[in-house]
Parts: sequence; structure tokens; C-alpha cells
Amino acid sequence: MTINSKKIESPARNQSDFARKVKRSIPYYVLILVPLAVLLVFKYYPMYGITLAFKDYRVSAGITGSPWTQPLLRHFTRFLTAPSAVRVITNTLAISVYSLLASFPVPIVLAIFLNELRSNRMKKTIQMITYMPYFISTVVLVSMIIQFTDISYGFVNQAIKSLGGQPINFMGNKDYFRHIYVWTGVWQATGYNAVVYLAALSGVSQDMYDAAVVDGASKVKRILHIDLPSIAPTIIILFILNTGSILSVGFEKIYLMQNNTNLSVSEVISTYVYRMGLVNQNYSYSTAVGLFNALVNGLMLILCNAIARRVSDVGLW
Amino acid sequence: MQNLRVNKRRNRVRQSAGDRVFDVISISLLLLFAVIVAYPLIYVVSASFSSTDAVIAGEVWLYPVGPNVEAYKAVLDNASILTGYKNAFIYTGGATLLTLLMTILCGFTLSRKDFFGRNIFSGLILFTMFFSGGLIPTYLLIRDLGMLNTIWPLILPNSVWPWFVILARTYMSNSIPEELYESASLDGCSVYGMLWYITLPLSGAILAVVALYCAVGNWNSYFDAFIYLSKPELYPLQVVLRNILILNSMDIGRVADLRNMATRQGMTNLLKYAIIVVSSAPLLILYPFVQKHFVKGVMIGSVKG
Repeated sequence: MTINSKKIESPARNQSDFARKVKRSIPYYVLILVPLAVLLVFKYYPMYGITLAFKDYRVSAGITGSPWTQPLLRHFTRFLTAPSAVRVITNTLAISVYSLLASFPVPIVLAIFLNELRSNRMKKTIQMITYMPYFISTVVLVSMIIQFTDISYGFVNQAIKSLGGQPINFMGNKDYFRHIYVWTGVWQATGYNAVVYLAALSGVSQDMYDAAVVDGASKVKRILHIDLPSIAPTIIILFILNTGSILSVGFEKIYLMQNNTNLSVSEVISTYVYRMGLVNQNYSYSTAVGLFNALVNGLMLILCNAIARRVSDVGLW
Repeated sequence: MQNLRVNKRRNRVRQSAGDRVFDVISISLLLLFAVIVAYPLIYVVSASFSSTDAVIAGEVWLYPVGPNVEAYKAVLDNASILTGYKNAFIYTGGATLLTLLMTILCGFTLSRKDFFGRNIFSGLILFTMFFSGGLIPTYLLIRDLGMLNTIWPLILPNSVWPWFVILARTYMSNSIPEELYESASLDGCSVYGMLWYITLPLSGAILAVVALYCAVGNWNSYFDAFIYLSKPELYPLQVVLRNILILNSMDIGRVADLRNMATRQGMTNLLKYAIIVVSSAPLLILYPFVQKHFVKGVMIGSVKG
């Protein structure tokens, strides 16, 4: 719109208009200078460092001076053809899909049930209790898991024993790894994630419920036909954002839960990047793996957003 | 309004059988979930106050058995935990202050409509939310800047956090009326004056939200410290905790008189519960008082993601 109106004006006038706007905004440029400098140095400069993925890093030469790989995608082909890569990618996908399927619906159900509660005090209390684990750090969470499942002192095994069963070495058996990872995640994040849906539900107008009650709709019907459609946009947006990180499992928790017995199912891309890069000092290769990961996530985000736009008219952009 | 309320109350009495079944099911599920969430926390606290023998024998289920504070004495004697606490306070405080400063600067400028080129700047900030240089390039940069084993990589690189900037910008442009700025401008107030005299005093609520999220996040994270710090005297609490709780490197020689292996293991076990309580207590005690700010943050954030 602004471009159209400018077209009529003479170029000279345009020039001075631009200069005047810039001049008027000088205080804003001054204010945003420091944050911008931080971004450029710590966020954008490392993006240039991504060229490492196509180079053979030499400490003496630095990023710029290191030679390009021959062929250019050597690190990528090496990763994608390595047998370990298949394992790492499958592990990452398995954990994040399982995690998404298990932890996505629970907060929605919690929010809807809380919203239906008539007692305000009970609602507040349950919300407060379920939100609490959000404040527990990953280190403490993982150590609680280790403590509770300890083969002789953990209360889980003590309970199994007192019920007449055999104690189970949960952390020492790789079959349990994914379940423990995912369900402790549900334990920790459900209350926190429910808040968004509660906020969306609190925006639903009371008139709709009243009208539904007059029409004789049961609670289940009200949930299906009023609550769910009202929070559908929130659900879709969060789902898109989640699928955008389908190929990334956060480093902190999984790294702490790793041990020699479960490494074959617990090694994911983020820990692999760390191990290859910082432990083995294989900088170029590790950067290539990280870049591959970021690109897949970006593509997933774009793809899911496009599908959501097509199907429901709701999207991130 | 009055009428509606009466109607609602009457409906409450005349609930259909189906609705009552629904209520019973939903309330029992809610209570069950609350118990599942709360029980591990209660257990940790109870175990930490119990006697070693009771914990080993599995006598602790809900409340402390043989109550005592031995484990806490031992924990508070531990020098590395105290250093970790001190470091975590410094890093968290520094990161929170810097983040607040950056959030104010970005949020204010991006909320002003007469800021020429603000879309470019907001694009530059938002882009970092979806794409980053990754672990290795960032690490190499920090190393080349000579920032390894300093406080800087823990507080500076993430101080411009896009989500906080969006939050602040949305709040500032929605809740501060444009007329205030206009009249101030007519009175000859500069842009800096507007930030100082109008925006800052009116943004207390959102800055509290940002400070809380930032403080909790920093207090609980260990990754940056784990990557960039290698001197034990610089470790923040979470890294100390990782070494003690997960890698099992605890020096309890002085504490347990090593009567036998079992007692020693039992004592270590008990100490861990006490450490978990001591390290999580500050946030969990603070939390009920600040809960409404957290909820508010999500509400503002969900208006315009």
C-alpha cells in the first residue's frame, strides 16, 4: 500500500522521506545497538561457522583457512552411510514420536477436566500440584529416577518385593529406557503444558455453554462440540511446533540417563553431535550432523505448517 | 447476570445421570493424577528426614520414620555444594539482569510503530528462534574469544531470547495506550524519555514474568556450564549435583564412620535425598507465590505467538 502511494511522488521527495524516517528513528537504532551486537556475534557469526560442515577443520588455519572437502558433501555422505547413523536417527525418531504421542494429549485432557470442575479451590490446588514438577531441574529429575528404581533401596523395587515380585533393574535394562524417558517427561511437563489450553478455554464465552445446556447437551457433548473446537487452533499450532522438532531430542535429560547398557537405544543426534564434536574433537563432521538435523527440522516445520494451512486454515505463517 | 447464576445453580441440582457419571470419572482421574505427581516429591522429603536404617529397610512410605536431620547436616557441610549454590546465584542473577536489559531494549523499540525498519530487526531476532549455528561453531567462537572458564558464555549469548522479546513487545504494544506517547512527544519528550518514564513503569508485570522464567531456566540448566567450564570451583549447583547424584562422586568419608559397606551405601542414599531437597527447595517454596505470573506469561504469549 505504501509503495503505491509513493510511486506517485517524485524520486527526490522519496529520498528525503527515507532520510527523514531514518533520522527520526536514530534513538531506536541506538537502543537496539547492543542487543543487535550480541545477536550478530553470538548467533549470526556461528551461522557462518556452519561452513565447517563442508571443510576439513585445521586448528592452525581456523574456520576460514581450512580447506574445502573433496567432494563437498563428504561429511554428510559419511554420516548417512555409516551404520551408526541409521541407529542414531531411528533412536531419535522413535523417542520423539513416542514422546509426542504420549505427552501431547495428556495436557489437553487435564485442561478440559480442570475446566469442568465446579469447585474453584480444587481446581487451583490440582493445577498447583501438577505444575510443581516443572520447577525440578533435569539433573534432579534423573537422579530421582535412578534413586527410585535402585535395585535394592529404590521404593519402586521395594514395592515390587513387598508384593512378592522380583526386583527389576530398570536403568540397567535398555528395554525400559524409552518408557522411562517418555513417561517421566509426561510426569514433569503435563501441568505446565496444560496452562496454555486452560488459558484458551477460559476465553470460551459462557453464553455458548448456557445455550448448550438449554438445548439439553450433556457434559461430554459440550466438551466435544464447544471446548475442543474452541481450543483447536491452539492444539494445531502447538502440534506444528512440536513436529518441527521431531528430529531433535533435547540433550540435557537423555545425556544424563545414558549408560553403557542403554547406549544402543539412547544415543540420539544431539548426544552424538556432542560426542563426535567436543569429546572426539571431530569438529567438521559433528557440524555436518548438526546441520543435517537442523535442515530436517526446518523442512518438517514447513511441511506441517503447509498441511495445517491446507486442512484447517490455522498456521504459524 | 443474576438470572444466569440462578439458572446455573438450578442446573447443578438437576444434573443428568450421564453428567454425574462424567463428574465421578473426571474427578477421580484428576485426583489420581495429582497423587501420581505429588507422591515422588513427598517421598523424597520424607526419606531425607528419615533414619538410614528405615530407608534401607523400606519402611518409609509416606511420612519420615525415625525423624532426624543428620543428612542435612552432612549436606550443609559439603563445600562443593555451597560453592555450587554461590556460583548458581551469581550466574542466574547475571543472566537474569542481562536478559531483562536486552528484553526491555528490544521489546520497547519493536513495539514502536515509528521505528523505521523495525520489521527487519524483528525478523533478525525471530530467525534465531528457528535456526542456529549449532553446537560446534558456537563452541569454537567462545573458545576463540577466550571466554572458556568465564561467566560470559553462561549469561551473554542467550540474553536476547526471542520468546521473551515477543512477550515484551506484545505486552508493551497492547497495554500501553499510544496516546501516552503522543502527548509526551508533544511535550518534547525524547524517545529515551518515553522508554524511561512511560514504558518502564508500565511494564512491571511483564518484566516480572520474564525475570521469573529466565531465573528458573538458568537455575535449572547445566548444559552451558557443562560445556564451557572445566574448573570445579566455577561449577554452578546443577553441575555439582550431576557429579554427586548421577556420577556418584561423593566424598562422605567424614560423615559415615564406615561401620560397614551397607551403612555407607545407605548413608549415601539418604544424603542424595537430602541434596535433592536442598537444591530444589528454593524454587518450590517460591513457586506458590509467583504462580500467577507464570500463568500470565503463558496467557500473553498465547495471544500472539
